[in-house]
Amino acid sequence: MKRSIFRNRWLPYLLLAPQLVVVVVFFFWPAFDSLRLSFFKVAPFGDREIFVGLGNFIELLTAPEYGRSVVYSFVFSLGVTTLGLVGSLFLANLANQKIRGLPFYRTAILWTYGIAPPVSGIIWLFIFHPSYGMLPYLLSMVTTYEFNWLLKGWVAMLLVIFAAAWAHLGYNIAFFLAGLQTIPESVIEAARVDGAGGFELFRRITFPLLSPVTFFLFLMNMVFSFFETFGIIHAVTQGGPGDTTTIMVYKAYVDGFVNLRMGYSAAQSVILMALVIVLTVLQFRYTERKVTY
Amino acid sequence: MIRKLCLWLCGMVVLFFSVLLVPSSAPAKTEIQWWHAHTGFLGERVNDLVAKFNAGQGDYEVKAVYKGSYPEALTAAIAAYRAKTQPHLIQVFEVGTQTMLSSGAIYPVYQLMKDQGIGIDWADFLSVVLSYYSKDGNLYSMPFNSSTAILYYNRTIFKKAGLDPTKAPNTYEEIEKAAKACVSSGATKIGFTTAWPSWTLIENAHSWHDQPFADQNNGFKGMASQLKINGAFGVKLLTLLTRWQKEGIYTYSGRTSKGDQPIINGEAAIGLASTALVGTLAKTAKFEWGTGKLPRMAGYPQGNSIIGGASLWVMKGRKTEEYKGVAKFLDFLGKPEQQAWWHATTGYLPVSKSALKALQATDHFQRNPDMWTAFNQIMSGKTTANSQGIRLGNFAAVRDSIEAELENVVGGQKTPKQGLDDAVKQGGKILKEFASLYK
Amino acid sequence: MAMLLPGIRKSTINGRKWIIHLLLILAILLIGFPLYYGFVISTQSLDEVIKVPQSLLPSGYLLENYVKVWNRIQMGRLLINSTIVAVVVGLGKISIAILSAFAIVFFDFRGKQVAFWMIFITLMLPVPVRIISTYQVVSTLGWVDTYAGLTIPLIASATATFLFRQFYITIPDELVDAAKIDGAGPLRFLWSILLPNSGANIAALFVVMFIYGWNQYLWPLMATNSDNMRVVVVGIASTVPTGTQLPEWNLVMAAAMMALLPPVLVVIFLQRWFVHGLLETEK
Repeated sequence: MKRSIFRNRWLPYLLLAPQLVVVVVFFFWPAFDSLRLSFFKVAPFGDREIFVGLGNFIELLTAPEYGRSVVYSFVFSLGVTTLGLVGSLFLANLANQKIRGLPFYRTAILWTYGIAPPVSGIIWLFIFHPSYGMLPYLLSMVTTYEFNWLLKGWVAMLLVIFAAAWAHLGYNIAFFLAGLQTIPESVIEAARVDGAGGFELFRRITFPLLSPVTFFLFLMNMVFSFFETFGIIHAVTQGGPGDTTTIMVYKAYVDGFVNLRMGYSAAQSVILMALVIVLTVLQFRYTERKVTY
Repeated sequence: MIRKLCLWLCGMVVLFFSVLLVPSSAPAKTEIQWWHAHTGFLGERVNDLVAKFNAGQGDYEVKAVYKGSYPEALTAAIAAYRAKTQPHLIQVFEVGTQTMLSSGAIYPVYQLMKDQGIGIDWADFLSVVLSYYSKDGNLYSMPFNSSTAILYYNRTIFKKAGLDPTKAPNTYEEIEKAAKACVSSGATKIGFTTAWPSWTLIENAHSWHDQPFADQNNGFKGMASQLKINGAFGVKLLTLLTRWQKEGIYTYSGRTSKGDQPIINGEAAIGLASTALVGTLAKTAKFEWGTGKLPRMAGYPQGNSIIGGASLWVMKGRKTEEYKGVAKFLDFLGKPEQQAWWHATTGYLPVSKSALKALQATDHFQRNPDMWTAFNQIMSGKTTANSQGIRLGNFAAVRDSIEAELENVVGGQKTPKQGLDDAVKQGGKILKEFASLYK
Repeated sequence: MAMLLPGIRKSTINGRKWIIHLLLILAILLIGFPLYYGFVISTQSLDEVIKVPQSLLPSGYLLENYVKVWNRIQMGRLLINSTIVAVVVGLGKISIAILSAFAIVFFDFRGKQVAFWMIFITLMLPVPVRIISTYQVVSTLGWVDTYAGLTIPLIASATATFLFRQFYITIPDELVDAAKIDGAGPLRFLWSILLPNSGANIAALFVVMFIYGWNQYLWPLMATNSDNMRVVVVGIASTVPTGTQLPEWNLVMAAAMMALLPPVLVVIFLQRWFVHGLLETEK
């Protein structure tokens, strides 16, 4: 990749040291310490650990509800990533047109990035609140069909997908806007002269040139939706109705954090991590050739 | 420019970290840490209690620390216990009782009081509260915020629907009739709803009708390993609810306290919820409302309602002199004065009969007749093997699976029998796993 | 299309612009509505909040609510702590990410791939599974209730390392060669060439990392036990009505509005560098 390099035997290690120390002490050591528990049944306060070998994994893989939760996870993750990327790419494109008042529009779209997810989560919780919230009230005026996410699984799933995609929207837009600005004006103009306009321009020029940032955002959104959304699920649906929004990370969170089944939860984390790491490596492999850096 | 900025920032960071690690000066008083999960209004009342105790003596300083939701506070306590920096007191929700009893990490309250020579008349404690947190007749944790489930109804809606606003529905048949009248007359859209669905609809309904919830006397005789809720009673109840849901009489309002809201808003004609809601309604309601005992179903014996809420557990492994302060603080909390105040301000049940007597000596219950409903209900009930409480290992998980199945049933995905059978199956798995840890 | 019908070209483009304006305004309303709604609630009295449906116009209780919640949760102290944490986490992440990315891009050494993946994979260690053990480590170090405990465990950054790596890859080889010819060592190169050229990148990533630090909830909740060390997100959580109690959503929203101000200001002030600094190096 890089041809021109410096030569030094110990300097690179020294430069990496601060990061690696933090990573090992605060990530790997605690993670290994917890993941070890996936082979145990553990009493909540840790005074008893009973070795069960692959018992936790066997229990998980034979439980129909775990299979369901894997399916829900993929539906959710795909939904959040697709909606998040398509939506933000669209908005970023709009905010990159040559129109009057652009600085205002950009600021108005970007400032939402500053809002802490816990804060926006609280606001969403309130908006969707079955009896205080504005949304159920508005829906009940528009349609007689009951969009009751307390009892209808697919509505609940849509709801958490929207909430999660919204939470990550600012991040995505910022990166897409940045990506759009790296595309030289001359390339766009040349394409225009060739007769490309609107969607054609986007399909032939913009999108391919955005592939590195799209790839990066795809990864980040996937990681976000697989790992960091338990807070949103907890606030909005608590995994229900039934178990229709119990995605893998939420199940791991509830089993470990609420139900205090540390071993069982650790086993779920192992599966989840393995899954996402495999997905990531595959993406790196697959896209390394396609992405034009 | 950038480089100068970097240098300056690096300097700042270095300076900053050198300051970071300087420990704060040690307090003169012995500090007692109390981790709790109360937010908002209740969090302020907790601070009031602590401030009063701290001002009343000079040796101990109780520090009330908000540690997130109940599960977060418990996880924090577990992490701290493993790191040997546990707090003295931790507030644990009622479903964590068996977890705490089995944990080996606690110092039973009766033992602490005995060791510190503080005499407490346990017989003075209300029996429904005492029994929930006792083992073999000894109190293990200090009841703090206890409530039970009662019925609420909206008198304004009742009037609009042409019903007698002075009469609370007493039975499920009466609820059906009243709710139907309220909905069909257009007085409201929500005829009947429930907060804390597993607690009000399954746990309390079973104990109120003297029906078993789990084996081993609901886990009081030994470690429970089987739920019993898929009997004729449970099926009958859920069949009723499912029909009501279809007919638009019953509205499922979600898990935890979400069902409180339609009652507070004045949207629900009738609702089952915690007694602690009385305080909130008294402060906010712009409509007339009333309360009643939990509804009865004909043909089943009388049991009693059970409590919910949380209690304070003393964690072991701290210094002896600190426990003296803990004991004093718990003694302070249990005094009729504090209990009466806590009840009158928050609506939670007081723990002792003498606190209740003190309240009766004033005009408190004349002014707040709805605060009396809970006591009326408890005292008219019979405490039996099925109604002294429910003590299950990993009850939080059990409740979770009951509520998930409840949603499946009410939403029409499963029949009542099927849903309850699945809840029993799932619950049994959880209970057996918990029991296997403590063989 | 436009080329085929030259006569109406100008008007279609004008029409198109109107659509863009319209779409942008719609999008801004949609994105901003939840916040507007939150703001409106924060200006209402409890009675107005409970009423269904609430009014969508601000009411007159703004000052009262904000003062009340400011005093209730000691907002001032919380904001100071959050600022300290977010600034330290932001600068810390950027500093160590620059060093790591520099090592990975400009040196050849054994274990380079391993180091990169070690850093990258930290993205995939779910928080719930680590938190109890992390607490034990921090407690052993004696860092509970200190700023060090609040910040250092969060200071590793896969994202920043990854992005700095991307910037550095685009640095032309000639620059490195020129530096070498001038006899500059690697540190000199980092200090005199690389850093001055990545001001916008640093500013942009600082925004991202500042917000990351500001948003933390679970870790600060676990790692602090004294009111003096609490951060604002934990403070807000302590106002959200749980269970059966007064639904004081107006106060919650007031706290939320105050808490979102600093990060929003950071985004707006650094916006000039923010967007283009995320991906491109200064050329």
